[in-house]
Amino acid sequence: MLPFMAYGVVLLGLNLLFGYSGLVSFGHALFIGVGAYAGAFLTGRFGVRHLEAIVLVAGGLGALVAMPVGALCVRYVKIYFGMLTLAFGMVFYTFLLKFYRLTGGDEGMPVLRPFLLGQDLGAMPKTDYLAGPYYYYSLAVLVVAVLGMWRIVHSPFGLCLRTIRDNPVKAETLGVSVTRYRWFAFVISAAYAAAGGALLGPPTGNVDPTLAYWTHSGNIVFMTLLGGFGSFFGPLLGAFVFIYLQDFVMSLVPYWRLVFGAILAAIVIFAPGGLMGLFARGRPVEVARG
Amino acid sequence: MSGVFHAAILFLVAAGLQVVFGVQKIFNLACGSFYALGAYVGVSAVQAFTAAGGPPWLFVLPLAAAGLGVGAVGVIVERGLLRFVYDRDETFQLLLTFAVVLMMEDALRLTWGTAPRSTSALYLTYGQVRLLGAAVPVYNLIVIGASLAIALGIGWLLTRTVFGRIIRATADNREMAEALGVDIGRVYARVFTLGTALGTLGGALVIPATAAMSEMGIELIVEAFAVVVIGGLGSMRGAFVGALVVGILRSVAISVYPELEMLVIYLIVIAVLVLRPRGLFGGAAA
Repeated sequence: MLPFMAYGVVLLGLNLLFGYSGLVSFGHALFIGVGAYAGAFLTGRFGVRHLEAIVLVAGGLGALVAMPVGALCVRYVKIYFGMLTLAFGMVFYTFLLKFYRLTGGDEGMPVLRPFLLGQDLGAMPKTDYLAGPYYYYSLAVLVVAVLGMWRIVHSPFGLCLRTIRDNPVKAETLGVSVTRYRWFAFVISAAYAAAGGALLGPPTGNVDPTLAYWTHSGNIVFMTLLGGFGSFFGPLLGAFVFIYLQDFVMSLVPYWRLVFGAILAAIVIFAPGGLMGLFARGRPVEVARG
Repeated sequence: MSGVFHAAILFLVAAGLQVVFGVQKIFNLACGSFYALGAYVGVSAVQAFTAAGGPPWLFVLPLAAAGLGVGAVGVIVERGLLRFVYDRDETFQLLLTFAVVLMMEDALRLTWGTAPRSTSALYLTYGQVRLLGAAVPVYNLIVIGASLAIALGIGWLLTRTVFGRIIRATADNREMAEALGVDIGRVYARVFTLGTALGTLGGALVIPATAAMSEMGIELIVEAFAVVVIGGLGSMRGAFVGALVVGILRSVAISVYPELEMLVIYLIVIAVLVLRPRGLFGGAAA
């Protein structure tokens, strides 16, 4: 369940963009990649081993990268936004892949085991480390992330984002700067994705360019949709079910994509509100407008 | 010249993408998967053909036939999945084609296994010619010629036939076309099948030059994506020019500075999207 915590953080961010702002990014793996490689560089090259520092730096870097990228992307909506984010994601992916002297190419980079709360746990066996301290540590990060996102979503800022999603023209006439709010949402969302990405590295001890590949972006959009976007806990549920199901299906047959593709198709056609939408039947479900 | 060969293949896939986007307004991520499917079926067809004692110099025929024939899966995908989401948000349509990408990748692995398949022995059947000081396999020239012919054929289909007129009318204004008695369902099914067949044909034709792998689809889709963005979404001329730009840039970058190979292309894509989001030929009808 370790990846769940990391993806939970990522999806909280993605949902701010997807569910609350109505922008679908097909390049969010870019920021996961930024975060994960930040972890690798900090532990391997700069000797920074404190996970608190790594997560914060990763989040900051994600936001930093997102500022220019976001400024270009949020000028567009719908399909053009998706395409532009995809293109940026692929730029970063090819950068990771081709500049192998810096990034290790397709073999990726090792992530050294980080210190937790200043404790060097290097002597611990790996499974104990991951199932014990690291598990609770990621859980704590996720909880902090949830609280933070809850504040953001239920602030006037979050309300503005939803107004923009539902009626950008009206929002603009009411004096809300649509582009600037979208840009803020993009940057925050990228910071979350990068922080989540930083948590993905240590369990496997390695990061590689596929983290930034476009299908990975597609998968996280899938997770959000699976749980139900627009609802606060939907994406978390989606990440949980996705990772659990993936483990389960892979233990039976190696062809998890076949099963998941069918599930995704079924959700898109029959239950666009996702799992949360199914539970919430009876109440009007918040679904994308056609 | 290898750049032009690559461009010819890219054009076929991108043209399929454009037809579908122009008429149905769906950005079909699965076109890369159709390309991979065409490649595998092409390999199998050629192997069956040689096993049955067919003369090697005729191998292009079963290859092209297989590529076109397997385009029929387009009907299944369109009638079975896509037709349910035409009224939905673009996001859902995009995700549905992503679902097809996922399923197709494993379906290919399930059917043909994970090892790459190739028919490379046949690549040089037609020999080579020297062009501009470089040896060019004649097969490449055949594919380039075929691709040009198809480009002209599509142009003719769209501008000179009744079906083409219906397609353009539907692309322009779906409600009006429907009100005038056009059976939208049938038009969509046909257009999607045409788009699929272009993709599978592209996959089949590339096969003698390379090996079929299950990942080839998701790799190609981002290139085809670059092509249509550079050329302009929905534009056929755009697909043609875009494919040339991407194909040639790629081969130039490979020979000059390999690290930049795809990076250059994506940077151009971003530049085009930022400066002129409709692409070089955007705004033109399908």
